[in-house]
Amino acid sequence: MLTRREALLGTAAGAATAALFAAMAATPVLAEVRAGDISTLPREKVTLVAPPFVHEHQQVAIGGPKVVEFQLTVKEQPMVIDDDGTTMQAMTYNGSIPAPMMVVHEGDYLELTLVNPETNEMPHNVDFHAATGALGGAKLLDVNPGEQATIRFKATRAGTFVYHCAPAGMIPWHVVSGMSGTVMVLPRDGLKDEAGKPLKYDRIYYVGENEFYIPRDENGKFKKFDSLGDSYDETLKVMRGLIPTHVVFNGKVGALTGDNAMKANVGETVLFVHSQANRDTRPHIIGGHGDHVWEQGKFSNPPAKDLETWFVRGGSAGAALYTFLQPGIYAYVNHNLIEAAELGATAHIMVEGKWNDDLMTQVKAPAPIAAY
Amino acid sequence: MKARVPATIAVIAAALAAAASGLSIAQHSGRARTAARLAPIETVTILPGAFTFRLPGEYLRNGKPVDAPTRTVSFQAGFDVMKYQVTAGDYARCVVDGACEAADGNAAGDMPVTGVSYRDAEAYAAWFSGRSGESWRLPTDEEWSFAAAERLHDDALGLADDGNPATRWLARYRSEAAGQAERDPQPKPRGHFGANSRGVFDIAGNVWEWTSTCYVNATLAPNAAVERSVENCGVRVVDGRHRGYMSTFIRDGRSGGCAAGLAPDNLGIRLVRDEPALVALLGWL
Repeated sequence: MLTRREALLGTAAGAATAALFAAMAATPVLAEVRAGDISTLPREKVTLVAPPFVHEHQQVAIGGPKVVEFQLTVKEQPMVIDDDGTTMQAMTYNGSIPAPMMVVHEGDYLELTLVNPETNEMPHNVDFHAATGALGGAKLLDVNPGEQATIRFKATRAGTFVYHCAPAGMIPWHVVSGMSGTVMVLPRDGLKDEAGKPLKYDRIYYVGENEFYIPRDENGKFKKFDSLGDSYDETLKVMRGLIPTHVVFNGKVGALTGDNAMKANVGETVLFVHSQANRDTRPHIIGGHGDHVWEQGKFSNPPAKDLETWFVRGGSAGAALYTFLQPGIYAYVNHNLIEAAELGATAHIMVEGKWNDDLMTQVKAPAPIAAY
Repeated sequence: MKARVPATIAVIAAALAAAASGLSIAQHSGRARTAARLAPIETVTILPGAFTFRLPGEYLRNGKPVDAPTRTVSFQAGFDVMKYQVTAGDYARCVVDGACEAADGNAAGDMPVTGVSYRDAEAYAAWFSGRSGESWRLPTDEEWSFAAAERLHDDALGLADDGNPATRWLARYRSEAAGQAERDPQPKPRGHFGANSRGVFDIAGNVWEWTSTCYVNATLAPNAAVERSVENCGVRVVDGRHRGYMSTFIRDGRSGGCAAGLAPDNLGIRLVRDEPALVALLGWL
């Protein structure tokens, strides 16, 4: 089908019109015309930042659609995933677990270059849940060590979408070894509440949740492998049991606590994007709420309001907007509390500001039980 | 969890052994015998002295949380403390003897034992007393703090009440988190963290140590005297880089800590020795 602009271009071509229309009947030519069209769009090159942070972006798009360029470089590397020094042979995009978040607007074109350095062992690609066709682009991005490839896809649906590695025959292993991230496609006019009123955030945090399956030795201690290939067989056996040894935020037990706790101020609105590429989870802010929550992460649906816990399906990313009303230390957890406390899915948020006595006050401090 | 019966029996056995060995010590023969079986334990003698001690626990004044008051504590006799934390190798002998349950930590040999609860620490002290013919026990929070000397972390926040309860929570979190990301929580071989001015090694490294002191919630009178308090001995003081409070059955502080706080990296053991004279006296009783 011709767009209005393509038709106009055809008309402008005058004498060439007939020939052009004939050529357009064949889809490859149509694609070429579109590509030519896209070449006139403004381009923006974005430098990605490691989670939980998100690269700078506009919440409401300025101007028309553009082509936004990103690059991911695959890094296969051992990574420490807990305080006991347990080391996983990890596979990552850009060296972080989760991979960085990419933000574009609906109607923009996301152009990704995937680089697989020669020093790696494995072929890799990217399946973008935000993209249409070619297994989410994976088919067009298969790169062996020493190769790179670039695809461009149109961001046609607004929302938070997982992306992950999906090489033939090894998909789950690559995903649970760290290769997942999120694309956020914002509506051009920004986020809106259920009545269509604009919503804005002062801060955004990307909390990527991953679960790991680390084999143990005969004494029950976690094993360390010399290479990715060495770790494959035994890791797969643990994976098949479906019981993870670690459930973590930002790649490591405690990665978002202490010095690295998330920060906010009373009165600030924070957008928490939570992804889990492989397994269901249930984010919860202890002592807080989700004011507006897109559980499925798709912004064309009205947000749910005042949630206590939200459900993020495995293979998706959700988004929750919350305005902090009280200062203190908040725990941001996967509210399967065993996974939170024992397997690692706990983050902290340090919130500064004035205490609101009306919302809560300690009427009587702990003291010996009074006799009645 | 394994049945506690063997440990209980061991405690009784250790008590009997301790009583019997009181006489042996007097004759200077028992020690030689046990020395052949147990590696000699290096100790540091903490000389008599006095220091300003901040009480453990949570304190309220006029219904508001405040820093705990301080007291002058004096040790007129001094005491002996283990120069190093109990190692995984030391602890393993207790396990082999059936008096201790295997620790959860994955250290071996000269690494400090970790992944031990208060109950484990008590069982070890009882076993070690029995095997050594001496009277070993967990230190009190006062003793540990005095032995820690310049490595003692004063947990006072020094904040005036601003009507905002979160001020203290945030300050506590910040103080305990400071530099945490740069530190390695993995236990290190003994001696790694060096000696303090009293010659005690690895104190306030990354292995916290159990004490026998109970947790307390207290209310202060205007003159800082404790007006009333409720003690909970199901929770004991653990000492290290900062003071913590742990239920007696917790072996991994990270599991036992609350959702929004920072927990000790590891839980371990260091014992103090009562004077032989006291042991002998106990033997006669």
